[in-house]
Amino acid sequence: MGMPGSRPLNREILLPASLSKEILVHCLSVRPEEGCGLVAADSSGRAVAVLPITNALHSPVRYQMETREQFDAMKRLRREGWSLWAIFHSHPHSEPAPSPTDIRLAFYPDCLYIIAGLGTDPPILRCFSIVDGKISEHILRIVPDSVTNLD
Amino acid sequence: MAVVVRIPTPLRKLTGNQNEVREEGGTIREILKNLELHYPGIGERLADESGELRRFINVYVNEEDIRFREGLDTPIKPGDEVSIIPAIAGGAA
Ligand SMILES: [Zn+2]
Repeated sequence: MGMPGSRPLNREILLPASLSKEILVHCLSVRPEEGCGLVAADSSGRAVAVLPITNALHSPVRYQMETREQFDAMKRLRREGWSLWAIFHSHPHSEPAPSPTDIRLAFYPDCLYIIAGLGTDPPILRCFSIVDGKISEHILRIVPDSVTNLD
Repeated sequence: MAVVVRIPTPLRKLTGNQNEVREEGGTIREILKNLELHYPGIGERLADESGELRRFINVYVNEEDIRFREGLDTPIKPGDEVSIIPAIAGGAA
């Protein structure tokens, strides 16, 4: 991935179906609290694993990853040779778009932000980049696990 | 003595894309001061005007969060690893 400024907007992002399901299963399991976690990519940039992390705030309108679990998850990424591909969290009621707080606290501009909207049936996932306070939405495609995301 | 400091992706622009740097210092406070000396701009991302660690920055020495030790005065010994980890947070409110 290049510098944030050079990244084309509205990229097509491929998320394997099993990972999409893991994100939703986790977020639904902690509802009505916001759920959160990380998605790792392998060295070819393909999303390969979901790492759910406890929302230390246990709130329906705020999340902050439990520090120790986040530290352990980052260590696991390093050990496996993975990179941080996406940060996900859920909006149990509101629409899955970044809130002003989400934007203000987006400290990882090189990483995708996936938001799970649980207020609809079925729930939906949307995917954004948040760079210098500016949001761009990508086209998130849930694909069979056999399809790879080589970019 | 110099110890390894792990730099998170959001701050690597300031370290010339290095994910690890070596820095001298007997405490975390000294290490942060030397980081700013070698990588100007990184200091204000980590600490506020009064020199305290920013709320959304976590610093670990080996396996321990310095907030549960002596904060910025946590001593560093040879072979220690320092990790800087911006919190991941957000909210509807
Ligand atoms: Zn949010």
